[in-house]
Amino acid sequence: MVSDRRKMTETAVDLLEQFASGDAAAFEALFGEYQGQVYGWIVRIVRDPAAAEDLTVETFWRIYRARARFDPRCGFGPWARRIATNLAVGHLGARRPETELSDEAPPAQARSSPPDAAVRADVREKVAAAFEKLPARLRAAATLAMIEETPYAEIGAALGISVGAVKSRLFRATRLLRKSLIGAGVEP
Amino acid sequence: MNESDERVQELVRRAIGPMADPELKRDLWPRMRARLETPPVRVPWWDWALAGAVVLCLIVFPAAIPAVLYQL
Repeated sequence: MVSDRRKMTETAVDLLEQFASGDAAAFEALFGEYQGQVYGWIVRIVRDPAAAEDLTVETFWRIYRARARFDPRCGFGPWARRIATNLAVGHLGARRPETELSDEAPPAQARSSPPDAAVRADVREKVAAAFEKLPARLRAAATLAMIEETPYAEIGAALGISVGAVKSRLFRATRLLRKSLIGAGVEP
Repeated sequence: MNESDERVQELVRRAIGPMADPELKRDLWPRMRARLETPPVRVPWWDWALAGAVVLCLIVFPAAIPAVLYQL
C-alpha cells in the first residue's frame, strides 16, 4: 500500500518534471487532470461559464509559456490556481457594469443557485448591482468568501495574500456594499 | 466584524447564491491544442525600425510630440 502510494507520487513528480522540461504529452496529461479544477475555480469568481472556459484555456496557455520557471516541488494545482485567479480578477476588472441599477438581473446571477425566495426580487437585483460595482480585487475575495463560502486560507493562497489581507478585503467590500445598498434604498 | 456587517454578508449570500453547477461540461483540450498550434504573431523587422525611427525623432525633436499625439 505504502509502496503503491510512493510509486504514484514518483509518477506525479516525473510528470511534473517532464512538463517543466517541455514535454508536450506531459502538458496534455496535466491539462486533462486539472482543467476541471481550474474551470471550477474560475467560474466561481467570474460567474459566467463561457468566459470561464476562455479563461481556463488562457490559464493553461500561460502555464505552458511559463513552464521553464515551474518548480515541480511546489505542486501544479496551487500554481495553476494562482494564475487562474489573476486572470479571473483581470476579467472582472475589464468587465464593468453598464448601468448603475438596471431592472434586469445582471449576467452574474444567471447561473447561480436559486436565490432565497424570502429575499424580494427587487432587493436581489439591487444587491447584485451593488456587488457588480465592487472593485475587481474586492469582488473576487467577496464572491469566494461570502457567496461560495470558501475558506479564507484557500482564498489567500489563490490571491497570493495573507488570511489577514483576505479579511481586510472582505471588510472593505462589506462597507462598500452597505453604502451602495443604503444609497439604493435597501437597509441591510 | 459587527452585526451590521454580518447582515450585509448574509443578505448577499441569500440574494445571489453560490454557482449551481461549477462543473466543466466539455473537454477543452481541442481549444487548447488549437491555441498551441497558432503561430505566434511576428512583428516584421521594418515595423520595429519604423517605431525606432519615430522614437528617435521624438527624442531629437521633442517639440514634435504634441503634433504626433494630435495625430493619434
